Order: sequence, then structure tokens, then C-alpha cells
Amino acid sequence: MVKKIFIVIILGFFAVMLLPLAKDFTPFQELSPVAEKYVEDGPEELGSANLVTSVIVTYRGLDTLGEVAVLFIAAAGVGFFLRKEEKGDKTPKRGSSQILQSGTAFLFPLILAFGVYIFLHGHLTPGGGFQGGVVIASGMVLLLLSSASAKINENVLHLVESLSGASYVAIGILGLVLATGFLDNRFLDLGEFGTLLSAGAIPLIYSFIGLKVGAELVGIVNNMQKDQS
Amino acid sequence: MTTIIIAVLGAIMIAAAVLAIVQKSLLSAVIAAGAISLLASLLYIVLAAPDVAMTEAAIGSGLTTIVFLFALNKIRKEDKHG
Amino acid sequence: MTLITILGLVLIMIGLWGMLTQKNIIKIIIGFSIMDTGVHLIMVSIGYLKDRTAPIIDSAVDQANAVNTVVDPIPSALVLTAIVIGLAVTALMLSYAIKLYEKKGTLDINEFKELKW
Repeated sequence: MVKKIFIVIILGFFAVMLLPLAKDFTPFQELSPVAEKYVEDGPEELGSANLVTSVIVTYRGLDTLGEVAVLFIAAAGVGFFLRKEEKGDKTPKRGSSQILQSGTAFLFPLILAFGVYIFLHGHLTPGGGFQGGVVIASGMVLLLLSSASAKINENVLHLVESLSGASYVAIGILGLVLATGFLDNRFLDLGEFGTLLSAGAIPLIYSFIGLKVGAELVGIVNNMQKDQS
Repeated sequence: MTTIIIAVLGAIMIAAAVLAIVQKSLLSAVIAAGAISLLASLLYIVLAAPDVAMTEAAIGSGLTTIVFLFALNKIRKEDKHG
Repeated sequence: MTLITILGLVLIMIGLWGMLTQKNIIKIIIGFSIMDTGVHLIMVSIGYLKDRTAPIIDSAVDQANAVNTVVDPIPSALVLTAIVIGLAVTALMLSYAIKLYEKKGTLDINEFKELKW
């Protein structure tokens, strides 16, 4: 009973605290000065058509590096808690249906190709490393679900993850040495605006982010799915 | 027109959110939570943020639901073993 | 879009209510993910400007006039990374829950009273 009263009080406080945000909130009429600079100079400076990409990869690149690190730590935590304890009696898994198996055989390469397409075109169309990595991870989930014996080679997974992470930082340092700052993309030629091979190092950086995010999410799902008993 | 879309989607989202909390069955609650994310990704399209919409559709309704289901599966398996 | 801001606030309240009232740990995690969605909706809705389009320079958006035709790209960028982090944190919480279940054989939060005095 006391607990219920407390809950009502806490929710009431929260509601009162959040109410001004709803009541007095007036939508902005124009961009904030920072956003204005990004929108105005972004396409000229970095050659990326997708301004969200230019903010994520270059202007706020250091934040993204930190974010990928947080993702890595969370994935490591999942792996730590659900690490496999070797035990004898393994109950054999039930195989999946024929439809799922043939569907996976047909769709899996297409899903992988689509993921790669998304992160290679991150600077031109909506999408990028994070979305592409997630698409690749969902393809892997399909593979895990479809066949009972499918196992993901964790060594390959760790190799991909470490290599792409290291390359990401290396490209950042390359930008520091050859151009003006950490994760600067202009040490490569900016190219023609709006084509695949443009925007300097942005496609390269986003590809590494995509591979790293994909490998980490596959690792998380693999750990969650793995048979323990 | 946009207001109607937002109102309808918002009503469904709030209903799904309440359902996800009060629902006794964990499986239904997880599915309802996935539905909230899927509808949220439609709202991101209305808000002119296609990048966020893609991420939310793939992660919020796809991978999060799958991770929840794997966790439920593990818990149920432990249950059976005693 | 004030309507979406209000929707986000309602989702935050529902998620908080679920986290406070539910006994099952999985339900608490579901409440957390609902709250997450609410926060993301608010952040994106703050960056929205009326009658403007997505921040991608293509044939639909004139580069010279982009400042007056596109929405704010910064909230999009922030929320995009926050969603990915949200998944990783949810998975971490679920693995905690699985571990707790292995130890106690229950997910009822009231059964974990080691810290109760």
C-alpha cells in the first residue's frame, strides 16, 4: 500500500516535471547556428550528400568512436555473463522447417549484399554503417534460426571486429597527420559530388563502422542464442 | 492529413505500450514492445528523419525483439530442466 | 510536431509506470525499452522544422538554398547512435536477467532481498 502511494507520488513528480516541455514548447522556426553551419558548409567541405552522415562520421566523429566503444563494452559484458560452460548432455536441437531452410539459402546472400550496399552508399542515401551492420546481423540471425547445426566461427568474428576497429582508429590518425584533424576525411580526394567514390574517406570509415557494428551485434545475438546446458 | 496520421499512430502506440505493461504473457508483451518500435519508425518518416527510421525499424522491431525472444527461450529451457 | 513530443512524454510515463509497478524483471526491461523509444521520439521531434524535408542534398534539395529547406541533422545523428546503444544495453540487461534466473529460479524482483534490511 505504502509502495503504491510512493509510485503515484513519483509518477506525479515526473509528470509535473515534464509538463512544461509539452506546454511551453514552441517549435523552432529555423536551424540552430551549429546546424546551420553544418548544412551550409557540409556539402562543400566534406562532399557528402547525406548531412546526417557527415555529422556522424566527421563533425562528431569522436563521439561515434566513443559510441562504438560503448557498444563493444556492452557486447563484451553479454559475452562475459553468458559464457559457455562446457557440460556433457546436449539435447539435440530440433531442425527448422523446409521453407525456412530454402528461404534462407536464397535470401542470405541477398541480405548480406543489401547490408554492404547500405553502408557503401551511406554518404548518398539514407543509411550508413549502423544500419548496414544491423542488416548484416539480421541476416546472420536468419542463418542461426534456419539450421540447427549452424555455428558462427567466433574467431573470424573477433578478427573482423578487431581489424575494423583498429582500421577505424588508424584512418582517424591518418586524417590527423595528412589533413587537419582526427577523423578528417579530406586526406583522400573529395571526388565528384554525388557519386559513389566521393566524399574522401567517409565511405571507407563508414564501411569499417558497419563491419564493426555488424560483428558486435552478431556476437551479442550469438551469445544470447548459444546453448548453455 | 499529417495530424490524423500522427494521432492514429500515436493512439495505437499508447495502446500497445499499455498492453505491453499489463499483459500477463511475456511473449505478447515482447511482441507489443516490438510493435511500438515499428510504429515509431513510421513517425520518424513523418518527422523527415529517414536515417533514424531505418535504424529503428531494423533494430527496435527486429533485433531487440529477437534478443528478447532468445532470452525468453533460455529461461523457458531452464524451466524444463528443473 | 508538438503532438509527437506529447506522445513521447506519454510513452516515457507509461514506461516509468511499468518499471515501478511490475514484478517480473523481463517486464521491467520492456518498460525501459518503451521509455527509450519515448525519449528518442522527443529528441527527433525537437529537431523537426515545419514543412521541411530530410537533410540529404539531392535533386529534390537545392544546395544553395538548403539552409531553408532541410530539418536539423544533429538530433537525427544523436538518436541514430542512441538506438544502437539501446539495443546493446537491453541485451546486457537481459543477460543479467538470465544469470539471475539461473541462480534463483525465479524472475520475481521481490525474491531478490539480499539487500533488504
